[in-house]
Amino acid sequence: MEPRYADERDLVTALKAGDRAACAAMVERFSPRIYRLALKLVRDPDEAEDVLQETFISACEHVSQFEGRSSLGTWLYRIATNAGLMHLRRRQPDTVSMNDPVELEEGEFVPRQLVDWGWNPEDHALNEELKRVMDEAIAMLPETLRAAFVLRDIEGLSTAEAAEVLGITESAAKVRLHRARMRLREHLSRYFAAHQVAGANGGQRDGTD
Amino acid sequence: MARTDERNGCRQFLAFFSDYIDGELEAALCQEIEAHLAACENCRLVVDTLRKTILLYQMSSPPELPADVEERLFKVLDLEPYLKHHRAHKGT
Repeated sequence: MEPRYADERDLVTALKAGDRAACAAMVERFSPRIYRLALKLVRDPDEAEDVLQETFISACEHVSQFEGRSSLGTWLYRIATNAGLMHLRRRQPDTVSMNDPVELEEGEFVPRQLVDWGWNPEDHALNEELKRVMDEAIAMLPETLRAAFVLRDIEGLSTAEAAEVLGITESAAKVRLHRARMRLREHLSRYFAAHQVAGANGGQRDGTD
Repeated sequence: MARTDERNGCRQFLAFFSDYIDGELEAALCQEIEAHLAACENCRLVVDTLRKTILLYQMSSPPELPADVEERLFKVLDLEPYLKHHRAHKGT
């Protein structure tokens, strides 16, 4: 069976007319992605659920304000990102505001970890320890960098879309993305460096081959 | 291993590595970076591990929306009747 409102324009028209079935169709289509984004941003299942609910409550209430300049998905991502950042700020009131420029000290751009990982992501499944280290690395990112990285590299938005969601220019989005990636690289490099001590081939190998 | 070296001019290229990986650089700068990478082992390593960092996150399986979370979402939006319909079609 064809999904209802397969065409986004039809969906938006029905949403604006207050059609409940259209609202359900929007929730069906976008809730998995919005939940994933929320979970990556706030890193707590209960809070991610709050963000998910707040996003769709707000979207259903304010759909008349959706002007169709961006896609419906981008619009929902924007609501969810703002809700997620709000949660993070409530948790850590001292962290930077979304509008503050993310100015980092000069040394930030100098990579400290220069170790060959000896490991190809394409060749291996991720083990639990590496997944934990990857989660830790994301958790250590300042919220604005984290949002840029999650939107662009995990959710697969274009630079233009990510910039739109974050309400910043494309060049600012690129800067945040690059800084996020460089920090994550540093963190993961420390993990791979530690594992190379154990095995001559480094990475996930245990030295038996 | 030594840090990326000021003398090789590494720092002027570092800020562009993400754009380079994403294929979003203009041709002239791209060529400059490639020439630098050919000569600088440390920067090759940084680009390689930066690329792998992105790949690692892209290949990690995304968390699914749990059924109970979905159920509560439909409930809070007063859309419960549609959830049954949705699940009936998802199951087929």
